[in-house]
Amino acid sequence: MSPAATRPGTGRASAYGRRLMWPLIVLAALLIVNIAVTGFDFIVPDVHDGRLGGAFVNILRRSAPLLIIALGMTLVIATKGIDLSVGAVYAIGAAVACQYLLTRDQTSVGTVATAVALALAIAALIGAWNGAMVAYFGVQPIVATLIFMIAGRGIAQLITGGQIPNVADGSPFVEIGRGAIATVPVPIIIGVAVFAALALLTRTTALGMLLESVGGNPEASRLAGIRSKGITVLTYLIAAACAGLAGIMGAANLGSADANNGGLWIELDAILAVVIGGTALLGGRFFLLGTAIGVVIIETLEVTIINVGLSSQWQFTAKAIVVFIVAMLQSPEFRAWVLRPFRSRRTDPAPTEPDSEKAPAT
Amino acid sequence: MSSSTLTERPTRSTLFDGLSRYIPIGATVALLVAMYLGGVASYRNFDNPQLVADLFIGNAGLLIVAVGMTFVILSGGIDLSVGSVMAFSTMACAWLTVEAGLPASVVVPSVLAFGLLSGAFTGAIIHYFNVQPFIATLAGLFLYRGLTLQISDHDMSIREIDFFSWGMERVEFGDPRDGGFSLPYISFVAFAIVIVAFIVLHYTRFGRSVYAVGGSEQSALLMGLPVARTKVGVYAISGFCAALGGVVAAFYTKSANPLAGVGLELDAIAAVVVGGTLLTGGAGFVLGTVAGVMVMGMLSTIIAFQGSLSSWWARIVVGVLLLAFILLQRVLARSGEKRKG
Repeated sequence: MSPAATRPGTGRASAYGRRLMWPLIVLAALLIVNIAVTGFDFIVPDVHDGRLGGAFVNILRRSAPLLIIALGMTLVIATKGIDLSVGAVYAIGAAVACQYLLTRDQTSVGTVATAVALALAIAALIGAWNGAMVAYFGVQPIVATLIFMIAGRGIAQLITGGQIPNVADGSPFVEIGRGAIATVPVPIIIGVAVFAALALLTRTTALGMLLESVGGNPEASRLAGIRSKGITVLTYLIAAACAGLAGIMGAANLGSADANNGGLWIELDAILAVVIGGTALLGGRFFLLGTAIGVVIIETLEVTIINVGLSSQWQFTAKAIVVFIVAMLQSPEFRAWVLRPFRSRRTDPAPTEPDSEKAPAT
Repeated sequence: MSSSTLTERPTRSTLFDGLSRYIPIGATVALLVAMYLGGVASYRNFDNPQLVADLFIGNAGLLIVAVGMTFVILSGGIDLSVGSVMAFSTMACAWLTVEAGLPASVVVPSVLAFGLLSGAFTGAIIHYFNVQPFIATLAGLFLYRGLTLQISDHDMSIREIDFFSWGMERVEFGDPRDGGFSLPYISFVAFAIVIVAFIVLHYTRFGRSVYAVGGSEQSALLMGLPVARTKVGVYAISGFCAALGGVVAAFYTKSANPLAGVGLELDAIAAVVVGGTLLTGGAGFVLGTVAGVMVMGMLSTIIAFQGSLSSWWARIVVGVLLLAFILLQRVLARSGEKRKG
């Protein structure tokens, strides 16, 4: 899977544009379907009880935790890694924050801030552990993070003692998930802030380039004088901290932390969003904006299924179709195979030789 | 697996040279024995032979799925769809026999054939279109879970179908009152799958190709091995095993739950890794996977005997075991590097 941007004469901007074209078309199509079914109210926000409402704003509000996780995942995937533990870290983050608040003064801002900081610190610690396993012990990322994917929910249940700790509605903690600042829902603000922070961090400093370099070829990066191990640890740390933050937001929205079902399968949705956004799993390139669009596509898809009158059971099937289409579109072999009938007169053969006879029909 | 391959291989080739390739599986078996002896020493009735036999009853489905997963992981891939395929085939068995009224003798073979074909299709996508196994099987995970939920979003009983009472009919070995035990037919299905998998992996050309492709796909291709057939084959086997696991689950529970097998792919992967198979592919044993499944079953049994331990400890301990085995593999790899250098 060679990224399109390696062609000579194309700058980053045009590569960006090409990568973002398909996700944007899909998103636009989904929005048009929704508008056609439910009318323009779908997209137009209204102000209700001093905060923005409306169907699309709600989609954005609900997609904030997934967005934050997917952004962290984008950085990990850029280094040729993957983080399967984010769903479990989500549960741990939620459990730590809620359990800390359970026996303390929930109305105090200071206590809530301590709970959030504690949850983030523990999540970051898990991320550092994952990163150290990958960078210093040379364990495959998928294996290293599998440990916490399996054990993490057990740890979350251990923290909550198998109960579901609740946080009272009056607590400032709940505002993280449900509140609004200047009519904009807090989750959207946090999501945009994380996006801006990561975009600035990776695009205005050398970190983004170093990430891509480590993902492209860790050994060459090391020889070029990049401390690739430290950078790997840092990316897993960021990803886990993002997952912990998302868990806090999810728990704040519900007012409780469910160690078993909180953030269940969110790692798969996050990876899906990253792939939809044009970041290849092979590393070396990443598109934060593409990931953000991918997240909104996934969340809009779920609403679209309900809006067009299909039962909610279609959700999984629809996601499967999206994964399949995206995987096919990103496969150079598939494109060569599809385009072969139109290229038969040209002399230049496709760079790879797909076996068209045995290829299954889509 | 000698180190005399044509292209310069990563240091892994010397990793499991000689006896050191048996260290992980030896550690698993030692752990299993230690857990059993610990259990016998700590709890009454733990030495009942039926307790060991029970490991192969409740875990028969997982064992079959894990054997299929072993093929995929040995070839250097991964199959996330097995839990969903298993739930789907259980549900398909239930729906086709109860709602559609088809005879079970038609339904079961067609469900198994479907598993085989869907696995082959996934494998073809992965190989010919160069899609990452993770993504291609992720699509399968969503697709079959969605299809299962669309057939029915609630439990469906298959108690009325006589055929499905066959699987739990027991064969007795000795008198249960003085040291005998009994096993249902589904356990023998699982044993048969393990034996066939062992023979295929170690005594056939296909089996050697699986190891070779997992060791280095490029080298396997240069050696003229049928890489395409091997890669499609392992996913077909995994699909078949997942479907068979679903049929066994239908025998075991006599009902189909649309949310059965959620996260089963993780248990299967964990069992394979604890059994000493490298997740990078190319090294491992199917009998190690059997030991891995038994370790996980034994763990649940001990927690059940202890009584005061909560069920979440099982997940934490499995995580710790995974960590221990991964680190053991890394230490072996490092010592292999040193010997070579």
